[in-house]
Amino acid sequence: MDFKKLLLRIADIYRFIANVFKELVSSPLEIKEILRQGYFVGNHSLFLITFTSFLAGIVFTKQSRPSLASFGAESWLPSLVSQAVVRSLGPLITGLICAGKLGSNIGAELGSMKVTEQIDAMEVSGTRPFSYLVISRIAATTIALPLLVIYADILALLGSYLMVHFFNNTGFRLYFNEASSVISYLDIFSSLIKSLFFGFAIGFVGSYAGYNSQNGTTGVGKAANVAVVVSMLLIFIIDLLSLQIVNLFRR
Amino acid sequence: MTTSTETTADANQQDVVASLRHVKKSFGNNDVLKDISFDLHAKENLVILGRSGTGKSVLIKCMVGLIKPDSGDINVLGYDVKSLPPKELNEVRKQVGFSFQGSALYDSMTVRENLEFPLKRNLKIYDKKELNERVMSSLQNVGLERAVDQMPAELSGGMRKRIGIARTLILNPKIMLYDEPTAGLDPITSSEINELINQVREKFNTSSIIITHDISCARETSDRIIAMVQGHTRAEGTFDQLKQTKDPDLEPFFKY
Repeated sequence: MDFKKLLLRIADIYRFIANVFKELVSSPLEIKEILRQGYFVGNHSLFLITFTSFLAGIVFTKQSRPSLASFGAESWLPSLVSQAVVRSLGPLITGLICAGKLGSNIGAELGSMKVTEQIDAMEVSGTRPFSYLVISRIAATTIALPLLVIYADILALLGSYLMVHFFNNTGFRLYFNEASSVISYLDIFSSLIKSLFFGFAIGFVGSYAGYNSQNGTTGVGKAANVAVVVSMLLIFIIDLLSLQIVNLFRR
Repeated sequence: MTTSTETTADANQQDVVASLRHVKKSFGNNDVLKDISFDLHAKENLVILGRSGTGKSVLIKCMVGLIKPDSGDINVLGYDVKSLPPKELNEVRKQVGFSFQGSALYDSMTVRENLEFPLKRNLKIYDKKELNERVMSSLQNVGLERAVDQMPAELSGGMRKRIGIARTLILNPKIMLYDEPTAGLDPITSSEINELINQVREKFNTSSIIITHDISCARETSDRIIAMVQGHTRAEGTFDQLKQTKDPDLEPFFKY
């Protein structure tokens, strides 16, 4: 991509972001469509999140246990796992799964609507497709991600508890007392705020890639691909930035 | 038959519902529209005839603000489309029906939902009884009441075209723009679509622009034809007038 094209693309992204915020402020929210999209977000990712976060809890516990045991610090396992899950593992797993599952779906759906002139048809009938298609999707992913992260955290901790119980015969109450004792409000809020940004990034990138797709079916595939790759990249960048910001508060 | 691009300027201006003056549009180095001017009169079926790639579709997309022309004036129902802010442009668009080449039905919605969509979004009609009445009446106009609960993917090409037209008619537009209405259809279905275009004009008093390269469509629907060649208007007249043309770019159309 030459420099001129890069500048044009940046200007285009800027215009898209400006339109998103303009529509959010100036147009009434499409509550029904946001709820429909929210249901779709949950429905499409819940099974995968359940499965992966539960397994992640098991695997993480099983892998950490020998290291802690060698220091005689096996009792720290619940605290270690809960900190890792709430601060990073839960949001990251949820974000990456949603980026793959929802990002590609939004990109491909809007992309195919674009190349089959369905978006143009909405445009020429004066039905404001941007608000209906883009804002509703971005709002749905932004709202749904924190909820899914909470769900993923619980499932991962449950997986971890089963492992700890299996090896040490630790009780449910004891495990969760240990696990929650090291979790601060800062951990919870930073995790939720971070996941809000993850959701926004997934919805935004998917919508942008789909809404601006070109060149027929090839463009649709490209839009889905870009949606996944870029939103995954953004998730890691947001994660890194949020870590820096939260560390400032921790000091 | 006239052969100048300026001849429409002499037409009766009183019943003009849309007019284009010196419209130009390029994509990169490709000059798609080169100084296009014409008027559309009330209750007129104006056919824009030309080979694929001559800029016909770009022309009508400019008329509804989907594509911005590089220069020239476009006036639709008294509004200067080029300079309208988005909100007012939407108001003009509600009065202009656009039938897309590929029908552009919303494929995640049933036929009923496709037709209800502009009613809910534009007219804020949510009453189920009223929605149903309007939807069924619009489907009746295109003879497809039975398809009301089908998904677009279950419909044939001709049915999709009809539903696409029904969806635009549901807002009672003053102007209809048809982009290749018979493309990809068999001759019998094409003829039915042509008949539907004429019925729409009679029933809804619409003025229409029909973009086509199909000579039977031009013959059956046109009051007047503008022939476009490489982004220029090459000739203008009735079907019978143009049939006499000796222009080497246009003559082949009328041989078939």
